[in-house]
Amino acid sequence: MMAETFILIPGRTSKQGCGISEGKFKEKYQSEIYTLQVSPADMERLGLEKGDMVRLQGEHGQVEVAVAPAKKDELPEGLLFIAYGEISSRLMGGDTHGTGMPTSKGMDVELEVLK
Amino acid sequence: MTASLMKIAGGTLYDPANGIDGEVRDLWISNGRIVESPGETAAKAARTIDAQGLVVMPGGIDMHCHIAGPKVNVARKMRPEEKRKAEQIRRTAITHSGTMGSVPSTFATGYKYAGLGYTTAFDAAIPPLAARHAHEEFEDTPCIDKGFYVLMGNNHYVMQAIHENEPQKLKAFVAWLLGSAKGFAPKLVNPGGVEVWKQQQSGNVSGLDQEVDYFKVTPRQIISGVARATDELRLPHSVHIHSNNLGMPGNWQTTLQTMKALEGHRGHLTHIQFHSYGGGDGDENTFNSKVTELAEYVNTHKNITVDVGQVLFGETTSMTGDGPLGYFLSKIYGGKWFSGDTEMESGCGITPIKYKNKSLVHSLQWAIGLEWYLLVQDPWRVVMSTDHPNGGSFLAYPQIIRYLMDRTYRQDVLNTCHPRIRERSVLADLDREYTLGEIAIITRAGPARILGLTNKGHLGPGADADITLYTPHENKQIMFEMPRMVIKAGEVIVEQGEIRHAPIGKTLHVAPGYDSEIEPDIQEWFEQYYSIRYRNYPVDPSYLHEPEVVASNE
Amino acid sequence: MATAPTEAAQEQIKIVTDATCTFCGCVCDDIDLTVQDNRITEAKRACVLGKAWFFSHEIEDRPSCLIDGQPASLEEGYDRSAQILTEGRFPIIYGLSDSPCEAQRVAVSITDWIDGTIDTTTSVCHGPSGMAFQGVGEVTCTLGEVMNRGDMIMFWGSNPAESHPRHFTKYSLMPKGLFTPNGRKDRTCVIVDVRKTKSAKAADLFIQIKPRRDFEALWTLRALAKGVSLDAQEVERQTGVELAVWQDLMERMKACKFGVIFFGMGLTMTRGKHVNSEALLALTRDMNAFTRFVAKPNRGHGNVTGADNVVAWRTGYPFGVNHARGYPRFNPGEYTTSDTLARGEADCGMTIACDPMANFSQPAREHLASIPFIALDAQETPTTRAATVAFTVATYGINTGGTVYRMDDVPIPLRPAFDSPHPSDFEILSQIEMRVRQIQGVRA
Repeated sequence: MMAETFILIPGRTSKQGCGISEGKFKEKYQSEIYTLQVSPADMERLGLEKGDMVRLQGEHGQVEVAVAPAKKDELPEGLLFIAYGEISSRLMGGDTHGTGMPTSKGMDVELEVLK
Repeated sequence: MTASLMKIAGGTLYDPANGIDGEVRDLWISNGRIVESPGETAAKAARTIDAQGLVVMPGGIDMHCHIAGPKVNVARKMRPEEKRKAEQIRRTAITHSGTMGSVPSTFATGYKYAGLGYTTAFDAAIPPLAARHAHEEFEDTPCIDKGFYVLMGNNHYVMQAIHENEPQKLKAFVAWLLGSAKGFAPKLVNPGGVEVWKQQQSGNVSGLDQEVDYFKVTPRQIISGVARATDELRLPHSVHIHSNNLGMPGNWQTTLQTMKALEGHRGHLTHIQFHSYGGGDGDENTFNSKVTELAEYVNTHKNITVDVGQVLFGETTSMTGDGPLGYFLSKIYGGKWFSGDTEMESGCGITPIKYKNKSLVHSLQWAIGLEWYLLVQDPWRVVMSTDHPNGGSFLAYPQIIRYLMDRTYRQDVLNTCHPRIRERSVLADLDREYTLGEIAIITRAGPARILGLTNKGHLGPGADADITLYTPHENKQIMFEMPRMVIKAGEVIVEQGEIRHAPIGKTLHVAPGYDSEIEPDIQEWFEQYYSIRYRNYPVDPSYLHEPEVVASNE
Repeated sequence: MATAPTEAAQEQIKIVTDATCTFCGCVCDDIDLTVQDNRITEAKRACVLGKAWFFSHEIEDRPSCLIDGQPASLEEGYDRSAQILTEGRFPIIYGLSDSPCEAQRVAVSITDWIDGTIDTTTSVCHGPSGMAFQGVGEVTCTLGEVMNRGDMIMFWGSNPAESHPRHFTKYSLMPKGLFTPNGRKDRTCVIVDVRKTKSAKAADLFIQIKPRRDFEALWTLRALAKGVSLDAQEVERQTGVELAVWQDLMERMKACKFGVIFFGMGLTMTRGKHVNSEALLALTRDMNAFTRFVAKPNRGHGNVTGADNVVAWRTGYPFGVNHARGYPRFNPGEYTTSDTLARGEADCGMTIACDPMANFSQPAREHLASIPFIALDAQETPTTRAATVAFTVATYGINTGGTVYRMDDVPIPLRPAFDSPHPSDFEILSQIEMRVRQIQGVRA
């Protein structure tokens, strides 16, 4: 399939927050930061099921993650969500545009289904 | 602190508290204190400092400045642009680096005060909820002894106790609050007015008898209630008051009413320059000086002391617990504005300001400050201050000394000001010049007495060995800008402008007794409305470096 | 800072009341801890994040010091650390947000002696808001004011349900306060975000805006507040939300008695960054012409606010402070750690209570992995694994005391629950400072 452009929003989740305390090398944290939330409508349109692998290609890097459907209407179409951490930060660029803050939310990514 | 004897030999002493006005005498120091001369038969000094030809005074005391705590730190963060152009404070082998501008960083603050020969400073306004913060900053402010005043004039418990007409409860609460915060004195800032600001858009009180909604108390009641409690507790310093209506044309009436509201109790009216304006309702064009009238009242009422709050021309930062004042100033100057309301206790307003000598209002403010020094007859009841940094930096004290001792210089500067101030103030007609002894009073001996610090501000036996040596100079600004030597607790800390030693300094606070039966009532109120736990509010003594409890008066 | 333990007769169970949780910026100080066998078994009133924090921080079965991955004595670690820091020409010290103020102060001290650069996690959190505040100012208050007066509570780009779970119940929506005796019923909750987060369930009004258009949305509100007329089609195109919705919101904002906007990474991390924060702070200021209105950044970590305060009172600047010329200089983008690493400028460093090897950009991580650095952390992280010298630290608030600042700058003491054999950050940093001074030839 052709890659499709989405906007990625990395953010905090309580599971990710608990995982920080419980251990960053443990299963709970690792699976949380590797899970990409996709809106149910986008999942259907792309023929995706929970656990399928996709590649996200951004301007500064790429990652391969497993998808899960977002609950109900939590995510609008065209938006992706992932718990903030080691995976999401691979997509950040080094340039902070003079602010000290790299662009960490609202990144354009090309999503390619790997299955 | 060394037990061995140190001698300061042959200096010209100015020790007004002990009646010494320019006499050549030796001073003896041991264990951080001034001691009696050992006499001819006793041990010789381990170290002798030759003070021949030098002026010797007690270390300076700044009894009203803003140097620590949340408000000051916000102002530091808020003004990066000032620091680029300002003096750089470089680190040395024994001192830390820092930044200046109108709100210096903590180490720089300590070094600069010491550099001027000041050895004690009191922060004017700390909300008790942030007392811990002030103490932490104090520990990073070396070379000076410190203390702070605790904001109470908009405290909910205080207002409630006054409304319920329970002076005993109020007294116990004031004592408890000072002890919890490890503070030094009760401070009232725009009493009642800040609570009104929190309740409504552009809220404030306009007069002493305006009732604060919900609490149903007036500023007058808050002032007399707390003044009375302070005196009944026999606290070393009186209630310390930033009156309502600061900066408003016509506010001299409010100030007069505030003095009367003391009902004979002790009261210290701070930065009184900002509260001495005649004129019409909010009309800047009628702005004029009412110092003559107010000084007359101060001269005839010994229960009142003041510090001036001198304005200096130039850019600075206004920072005040008077929330609505901050808003008002930000609208006048159009600059960035910070406002921070502290639950149950107080407010805060910060904005950059600039005093210009070509402005009629600013020139008048400058002149009014100087009128205060020259019109109050008793130098023991008028104290030098700039309300640092509101009127200007404490670094301007030497310049103010020059204004007071050299009327020619004063007139020269007056001539550069807006010409119309001559109609609105009497400064041009005032010939008085301060003597060195009187300067020693308004910068050392006077504040020590007003604060009830019996071991400071003088050079008699028993005093803390905080001593400044100056090289006499015709230009008094130059003389006071760079002391030859500064001694703190018997150790040389500054010599020829360089820091030799940077002790952390003492924290002075009060611990008045109170009936502990009040505590359950305070706790109940506290736990209902505060956002932290009652147990986590009081400051543990471990936060204070070298604390010294100043006892209540006999 | 002492605890008041009570001991049960048979088992040695200790209860610590009024303990402080430092996981997020809420810094709840009303936690009752049950301690048994050097573990916390109960944390009454703690949220899910707090419980994870208290239960997971046991005594780590790891050496207190590792050099190049091998166990070493603390003395060796201190010596090597001081050596690394004094040999570099561009040393950086970063992190601090999960350290008590007492330790943060030593870190700033060290930075001063070595002419280094100090930066805190603020620079990748609310640093942009700090920059905005330097431009515009800020109208704010302590959280108790929100409890007692707030009747219009807004959240913009912030998801407290997941990042600050007790925010609603303890501070912003539920509390019954002096002027809000009916609690939630006295309040209107408005949430603005690019997705319908779990927090949105708590909202009376949820507004979903177009991603990367927060600035435009805030500017629309500013225009409405000032009565500037707007093109409805343009507003909808830019913000993804109808003008009528913004107009309605502005009417509600003007009509409230005490409005509060909490804001988060949704503003600082996306297109615009500090300009987004500036728009929000300016809007808040503008609203004070109509009613009382305040703003508050939701700070992420327990003591990141303390780090801002400590660095600011000692240097004059809140983060990103360089001492290379012997005095403090400030410039976000130049001295901030994402930059000094990504551009390969730092040649050595120390990370304290933070995890840049996990959270920073790829170029920054690659560079950090290539330079000698010291890491202090209570647990093992990607950063400690990459460090030259790694110290396992006693956990603040659980093993050691100190002071932390809540997100609203209220300073709160810590009540530790049990001792740890590992040293505290304060101890480690003090030892390193002493050795740095020795190397520099200055008597301690």
